[in-house]
Formats: sequence, C-alpha cells, structure tokens
Amino acid sequence: MFRILQKTFRVGMATTDYPRVAPRVAEQFRGRPEFDFAAWRDARPAAEACPTGAIAVFDGDAGRRVTVDFGRCIFCGECAEASNSGAVRMTQEFELAVRDRHALVLTADYALHPDGSHAELLTIAGADSGTRPEEAIRKLLGRSLAIRQVDAGSCNGCEQEIIALNNPIHDIERFGIHFVASPRHADMLLVTGPVTRNMELALRKTYAATPDPKVVVAVGACGISGGIFGTNYASLGGVDAVIAVDVYIPGCPPRPEALLHGILLALGQLPLKSMA
Amino acid sequence: MTPLLADLRERFPDQVRTVEEPVPDQISVLLCGPDATPVARYFLTEHQARLVTVFAEDRVNSEGVFYNYYVFDRPGDPSWVTLKAPIPADQPSFPSLAAELPAVNWQEREIQDWFGLEAIGHPNPRRVALHDNWPDVHPLRKDFPLDTVLPPFEGERHVYRPTLGEGVFQIPVGPVHAGIIEPGHFNFAVAGEPILYLQLRMFYTHKGTEKLFENLPIHRAVFLAESISGDSAFSHGTAFCEAIEGAAGIEVPARARFLRTILLELERIANHIADIGAIATDVGFVIANAHAGRVRELVLGLNETLTGSRVLRAMVAVGGVRRDWQAAQIEAIGTALDIAEREFRDLVALIESSDSTRDRLEHTGILRPDKALMLGIVGVGGRASGVDKDVRRDHPYEAYGHLPFRVPVYQAGDVRQRMQVRMDEVRESIGIIRAAVAGMPGGPHRAPARPIPPDRCALSAVEGWRGEIIHWVRTGEGNRLDRCKVKDPSLNNWPAIVEAVEGNIVADFPVINKSFNLSYSGTDR
Repeated sequence: MFRILQKTFRVGMATTDYPRVAPRVAEQFRGRPEFDFAAWRDARPAAEACPTGAIAVFDGDAGRRVTVDFGRCIFCGECAEASNSGAVRMTQEFELAVRDRHALVLTADYALHPDGSHAELLTIAGADSGTRPEEAIRKLLGRSLAIRQVDAGSCNGCEQEIIALNNPIHDIERFGIHFVASPRHADMLLVTGPVTRNMELALRKTYAATPDPKVVVAVGACGISGGIFGTNYASLGGVDAVIAVDVYIPGCPPRPEALLHGILLALGQLPLKSMA
Repeated sequence: MTPLLADLRERFPDQVRTVEEPVPDQISVLLCGPDATPVARYFLTEHQARLVTVFAEDRVNSEGVFYNYYVFDRPGDPSWVTLKAPIPADQPSFPSLAAELPAVNWQEREIQDWFGLEAIGHPNPRRVALHDNWPDVHPLRKDFPLDTVLPPFEGERHVYRPTLGEGVFQIPVGPVHAGIIEPGHFNFAVAGEPILYLQLRMFYTHKGTEKLFENLPIHRAVFLAESISGDSAFSHGTAFCEAIEGAAGIEVPARARFLRTILLELERIANHIADIGAIATDVGFVIANAHAGRVRELVLGLNETLTGSRVLRAMVAVGGVRRDWQAAQIEAIGTALDIAEREFRDLVALIESSDSTRDRLEHTGILRPDKALMLGIVGVGGRASGVDKDVRRDHPYEAYGHLPFRVPVYQAGDVRQRMQVRMDEVRESIGIIRAAVAGMPGGPHRAPARPIPPDRCALSAVEGWRGEIIHWVRTGEGNRLDRCKVKDPSLNNWPAIVEAVEGNIVADFPVINKSFNLSYSGTDR
C-alpha cells in the first residue's frame, strides 16, 4: 500500500489539459492533408496513390471533377508524396469531427489541358460542418454522459485509441463522461466500422436497447464510410448505412484528442467550423 | 534440401511430383493428388514438424484445379516446407487431417466455407467462417465477385450444442461485450460457478479482407494488410511486404531491416504493457493499469515521432520503409526507452508487491503444455505453456539474426505466466532496440521501386506481439495481387481459451481471455 501511494505521489498529475490547451503532438504527426486546389496541376497521381479512394477523379466533357473525402482518408500521406508540385501537404490538424457527413467532402472542378493536367480551377465547394445539437441534448447529456462503445466490425485500431481515453493522460472522466457496460445505461453509442453483415443485427439491437434521447458517433474512416474495406459481400460500409449518425470523427485511427473533440462536439460543447 | 528430396522420392514415388525451392528457405513439394495425409504424417513423425497452417487457392481458371497448401515448420531448420495438393474442380473435396490434428480444425472448415471444398472425415464439419444463416456461397472462389450483394439473412446464426444436466445453465455473452473489446459470442455451460464447457462463435467482424486483396494494386494492399488487426498494424504490414519481397526477389537494404526491427519491437512493447495493465485491472488492481496506460503513452509518443502515427501506420513499404530517420529521431528512441524502462520496472514491482493480485493470477486459466502442443498454440500463450517457438529466433528475418535476445518459456501455463512472458519480452525488446540503434547501418531506407513479376508465390512469417503471423501471396499481372492468405496467431489460439477456462469460475473468464488477448479481427478478417 505504501509503495502504491509513494508511486502515485511521485508521478503527480499526468493528465493533459486538452481541449483548453493544445496537446503535445510530434512534428512528424500526419493530420489532415491540405489541398491548394488552384496550384494543383494534376490530381490523377494522388488519386492513383490513395489506398481508400478518398481522392477520386471523374473526367467528363466539361472537364474534371475531383473529390476529396476526409471520411475515407487514412492520413497516410501518399497523396502529398505523389503530388510533387507541393499542392498537397500534410498538416497537423486533427480536430476534424463534423455533424454533417457532406462536410467531409470537398469538390473541385477543373478545365483540362489536352494531356489531362489541370488548366484552370473552375469551382470549389464544401458543406458546413452541420448544425448544433438540439438544446435538449445539451441540457440532458452535456454534463454527464454515458457511452456504450460498439465495435461493428473494426480492425480494432480505433478500439486502441478509445481505450486510451480512459488512461490517466487523456482521462475522459474529467468531463463527466464514462464508458458503460450496457447500451441500456448509455446516452451515446460510439461505433466503429465497417459494419459487417454479421454485426448488422447486433448493431440494430444495441441501438434499439439504448434509451432516448441518444446520440450516435461514427468513429474512424471505416465507421464513416467503410474506409479501406468499403462495401462488399461481407461489409455494409459506414455506420450510417444501418443507423442514423449524429457526429463523424475521421482518422485511422483518430488520436484520443480527436475522439474527445468529436464527443464534445456531439454534446454541443464546442464551436462548429468548416473544412473548406 | 537434397537429402529431403532424396528421402521424399524414395518414400513417396507415386505421391510427390516435384520438389522445388523457388524462394530461399521455402521448399515447395507438389503432390500428385488431393490426399496430403501420407506426406503430412511423414513430416509430423519423421521430422517432428508442426503444421503451421492449411489454406486453399482457386486456380480453376488457369490450371483447372484448386490447391490446398500445408505449411510445416521443422525444429532446428530455418526453411519452411509447403505441401501443395491439387484438387480437381469436378471433385471438390480433400481428406481431413483434423481428427488427428485438432490444430487445423477451424482452418479446414474455413476452406469448406470459403472455397466449397469438402473436408472428408472432419469430426465437426459445421460452418465456422460463414455463419449458419449465410446463403450457400463460397466467397474466395474466383467466380464470386467481391461486390456481390447477398439477400437478407434469415434463420439461426448458429445452433449451440445443448447443455444438459441438473443445475446446468447456459450463459450467452456477446457479440457486444461489456468492455471496449471486439465482438464475438461466448456460450458458457456452467454448474454453479465453475465453467463446464465454453463454445465460441467468431467471424462477426468478417469483412472480406482476403477477397479484397485479390486483384488489388500492391502499393494499396500494404494499407489493407495494416488493417487486418489494427493493434498489429506494423507486424501485419511487414509480413505482407516480406511476402512480396520474397516473391519478387527484392533485396531490402540493411538499414531498412534495422528500422523495421525497432518498430516491430516498439509494437510489442506497447501492446504487452497494455495487456499487463489490463490483466491487473481484470483482477481489480486498477492502479497498475493507470500506470501501464501512462507508460504505453510514452511509447505511442515515440511511435509518432518515428512514423507520424501513434500506432505505426503508413510506415512500412515494399522494399523497406517510407521515411528514414534523422539523428534527432534516433536520439528520441534512447531517451524515451530510458524513461519507459524505469517506469516499467516500477510497474512490475508494483504488481509483484500485491499478494492478492498474484493470488488471483496463479493457477488461474491453466493451459497444459501437452494441450498447447496438440492445439498448435503459438506466441505468448504457447511460450507460457512450454511451446518453445519464436519466429524471430527460429526463422530469422529483418535484423533479428544480428541481435541478441532470449526467448522466455515457462511450463505452468496459467495467467500469471502469460503475464510473466510479456514482462520478460518487454525487457528483451528494450535490449533488441538498444542493440539495433547501436548497430544501425547507413545506406538507403528503401529499395528502388520496380515492377513486381506476376505469378510468383512466397510465404512470410513475422513474430507479432501475439505470435506467429503468416502471409502467403501469389502476385498477379500489372503490379497487382492474385491472392493473399493471412493467418493471424489468433486463429489457431482460440481453442486454447476453451481449454484454459474449463473448471474455472465465470468471474475469472475476463482475465483468462485477456491473458491470451486474441484478435477477433485478425481471426475473422
């Protein structure tokens, strides 16, 4: 017992003060890729390199449409490598959660040179990150939240970082937020994906067992869109293919601070912002 | 290989067609027909070999047959032996080995489910990899499209064996569990507190991974390999890259091999520390887990400095690693390891000072060495039960042949010793990393990219933190894959839990399960 106390006192306070203070992040950390659409000479090499189809190129008579979907992105940095013009660069931004799935997608239209490279940026569009949650949710859940985590088919990468929310560094309980053992005790479902055929029923039942009002948060590229697994004979894709989702947290996996950001966003405790 | 070749020719003139070594240390024995039993028995008895994995391949379009592959590991020999048994498309069946080799029980049934090849004589031929309510499909046949939309499923997923007797009850648990863990179903038969019998139902997270590999460009497939089991992203990614490098004959630069080795060991350290903390939690010693979580964060921070990812993603690449390290990054390894080592020592001392913790861990969840051997248990669970196997030592890859380390092996096979194996291995890993940093060669961190020739096959094995990870690839046209078979150590280790829980109380199941900590996603793919 003495040894336990001695160690505790020696360590002192380990918990970070995120979100009040920005977390310590290694300079090598890869967050959101940033696209200088006007300077981007050719999106095709990045689209070819992208392992999940987060960058997609659609060529038509009118020119080229390029879509960038942060809901598919696994933050590998291959697009920045492939686009040697420097038009794509990895930033350290990780607070990417949104309330509207469309807000994770940017769309750029280009006129083309005969060789297929970009001649001119015509338009660029992205949606707002979504409206604030209803006042009732904020009032009811804003100060004490019970989360039931549901792995609906994940590779367990997201689970690693969700577990880290409970360690003394991230200590999610300081916000009155805790993980519970049953959906019947939960206010929020924190769901990772892709949703497999074999987990669809369990996810629906878990949702039904969670009392109203409830909030659903989809975690990671796979939870948002199916990610690298996409949709196939065994995978239904993202969580919103099966149940309604309130907040989407990009990442592969999202770091604990990104998860915390998304959870707090779902409770209406953080300001909204736009990707574009 | 020559004496083996002569021996095989003499003993099996009518059964062995050719013996080749297309990749160094990978001997391929082509059989004349689907019955691998006699040659398999020869390796099992004459060579005391272990059957590592059994898997199938659909070559009906190109060669008119399916193949079954049987991979053997012979003690004291660094080369792998693979039997390749052709199965005619019009007679899709093969003789089962499961009755004499329980280790391949699930793997043969997986072949039945995914390829529609019947394992004749299998003692329990029910579905395993596809749930019972799936329609009659065989997803890994080449004529089954990846994006097939199956009709809604009806009926029972699985009918569990009835539990009979006065005062005997069933406790169904899962697939959604109480903790933050992956989905699977456990059906306990209990008489009062003690567990009589545990039935497992896995494959809830089956997401078509092996099918997705088919025809995938190889540079993208590396990322899919990282998502086979997220807690082993670097190990699976490395196993995949090694298989491709073997198939294509790519020489990985020495520096890259050292960089990979360091990262493989960091993955081991981070996961072992998490497991040690989690085992302590499951017997109520929560403060130890708090410290473990703190030490783990130190390692994840180092991971991020070295790779840009806390969990080592997007670092390994065919031919080496994606990014080299600057002096400051290499210096960070030493600094972080010094702190982590000191903190880890305190953590171990803290756990060992708690008598009540030791009391709960000793004699709990015993896996006897003879059972472990029979079930083919690998990795941490095997080494705590006398199975003296470690790919790093037995089939050296990356830089392991140049670095000194000890493989801890214990005999009692209880939760305490599975934790002890992890504690020992963390210390060994720290030593490996220090030696690798000290002996780090210069030169390039990645071999120049070049086209991957089609139709080449190779096997790779990596000792992930859980145990032996096997990948087997056949390359396709245009720098794509034709097939990638993945065997996570979890797949054949699940039956160990069934053995270990017998006679224990239900309340000890979580800690027994955690002491193996198997990957559901790695199993289900």
